[in-house]
Amino acid sequence: MEKKWEEMSADEKQEAQFQKLLAPKDPEGKDIQFQSSEAEKSYKERITRIKDAIQLKKLPDRVPACPLPNMFPFNYAGLTIQEAMYDYDKCVAAFKKYVLDFEPDMHIGASGPGPGKFYEILDYKLYAWPGHGVAPTSSYQCHEGEYMKAEEYDILITDPTFFFSNVYLPRVFGALEPWGMLPLLPGIVEMYGVAFSFIPFGLPPVQGTYKALFEAGAEALKWAMAMGGVDGELKTLGFPNILGGFTKAPFDIIGDTLRGTKGIMMDMYRQPNKLLQALETITPIMINMGLGAARQTGNPLIFMPLHKGADGFLSDEQYKKFYWPTFNQVMVGLIEGGCIPLPAAEGGYNTRLQVIKDLPKGKTLWMFDQTDIIKAKEIVGDTLCILGNVPSAMLQLATPQDVKDYCKKLIDTVGKGGGFIMGNGAFFDEAKPENVKAMIDFTKEYGVYK
Amino acid sequence: MSGELVRLLSDLKEPEALAFVEKALGEGVDPMDLLGQAKEAMNIVGQRFASSEYFIPDLVFSGVILKRIVEMLEPHIKKGQEAERLGKVIIGTVAGDIHDIGKDLVVFMLDVNGFEVLDLGIDVPIEKFVDTIKETGTKVVGLSGFLTLAFQSMKDTVNGIKEAGLRDKVKIMIGGGQIDEQVRGFTGADAYGKDAMEAVSLAKGWIGG
Repeated sequence: MEKKWEEMSADEKQEAQFQKLLAPKDPEGKDIQFQSSEAEKSYKERITRIKDAIQLKKLPDRVPACPLPNMFPFNYAGLTIQEAMYDYDKCVAAFKKYVLDFEPDMHIGASGPGPGKFYEILDYKLYAWPGHGVAPTSSYQCHEGEYMKAEEYDILITDPTFFFSNVYLPRVFGALEPWGMLPLLPGIVEMYGVAFSFIPFGLPPVQGTYKALFEAGAEALKWAMAMGGVDGELKTLGFPNILGGFTKAPFDIIGDTLRGTKGIMMDMYRQPNKLLQALETITPIMINMGLGAARQTGNPLIFMPLHKGADGFLSDEQYKKFYWPTFNQVMVGLIEGGCIPLPAAEGGYNTRLQVIKDLPKGKTLWMFDQTDIIKAKEIVGDTLCILGNVPSAMLQLATPQDVKDYCKKLIDTVGKGGGFIMGNGAFFDEAKPENVKAMIDFTKEYGVYK
Repeated sequence: MSGELVRLLSDLKEPEALAFVEKALGEGVDPMDLLGQAKEAMNIVGQRFASSEYFIPDLVFSGVILKRIVEMLEPHIKKGQEAERLGKVIIGTVAGDIHDIGKDLVVFMLDVNGFEVLDLGIDVPIEKFVDTIKETGTKVVGLSGFLTLAFQSMKDTVNGIKEAGLRDKVKIMIGGGQIDEQVRGFTGADAYGKDAMEAVSLAKGWIGG
């Protein structure tokens, strides 16, 4: 009899996730119909190739070629970012074109641009996007700020959900501003006084927020259907997307969009204990966010963009005190749940390699950007799978021959013995198509393990 | 007592440094002396950052403490007493890009190293760079950018400066997340710096000081 999920070890869970990917089902639970037997063969070869690269148990047949672009597919198809955000059909058509033209071993779906109208309905203030603060051709960009104030740690620590519903969301979504009036839900416990708690829902501004939510939800659903549709179609053509969802290191949650870079840096001096407590509070939530997304999508890879722990952003001591403990807990929680964390170390991560090398073997996939990737192979190559690191500048400005030379160097060094996936170092918007093509085609040709 | 503020600020002792300034002002210590000490301390902070003893949070926090000290000193300082500056540097994040963390660090490091920095902010149009160069006669311009679209935007900005007939009057340095020598060549800038310290040495090389 098959073991129950809860009884499996982390190893068994991860293996089960891959086996599930190797026998893909449609939403009704039936085996999916591939469009050809070649498509089925390539699909399974691709999953196996990625699995072997990640698990570090078996040498893959060759180095997988998996660029992880940001807005490049849409630029490549001649769309503006604005079009990709507002016209879902054009967005998925462009993405399909990218996958079919470049034939990567894995893609991460067309959801990068996101649903422009959805952001409009909720009046999202955290970002500038085309038509809302940046040009139609520009990708969305964050408005840094202190969306959580220095004196609000206690609210976050005591009741994170209340903090988000009544304090944070009203600040970042204009349409949810009246949520500051929402009642404290754990106060709804007995008949006496219960009706008082519901008065806010009778107030027109609060009622207005729900109208906006229904509309936003419908828009999100419409968008998600388009995204899911292209994923399903590409799968039947042999191109897997194994991205299950995303979560973040707790330090980045607070440092990116709650307190902001400057805010969290001041908190490290002025209220370090509150910051540490808040990081602890957020940790299980970040684990559940990743596990929940993986359950929903059926895919095991959980993307974690890393920001404020890069070289230079923190001293070793600060990294070990504030960043690493809860980041590590999140990764371990994901691994125990059968997921594969995909941390993307933007910038350099050279000074952190000695710390991350103690992660469980074969359970994480790391995207490195400006880290000395040969050094990384030496230090963490026995522990984790490395993805990277063709520079953005090279993809946009160099020649295909330069790209090939660089990829050759990567395959000869980082690719040695497996545990390597060819990719870009940072998420890119602009690139010469022939350079992206060179990166993929050369890897397929030269990256075969003998 | 002289030098105490240098130590407190350079060691990032916020409450102690502020209390010291308050007490010193009450005792009639010359505010210019305190300001001089604060500057000396910031110089030490810059040196510690350059030698990897301090990191970005330390730099940011020293800036926060300095700002509070200057706010306390300002009412006591007569106009025209500010020290001479090395020279003017214009900095901005190029059009289309609204990222500012890297740029702000460069501004900070140039400032504590004695330069007068004109920070044009983010998403800066070409004309604004051109106009500011004309108005100030600066010799050094810094272009910042985080996204890959900034490569083209930097090139356009360098070209705009050239078309305005100002290219031989200024040295242009670029920097930011994905910037490297290849991008420098593409944009036609004079140099790229991989971090804030390199921006300082480039500016010093061009302006002197």
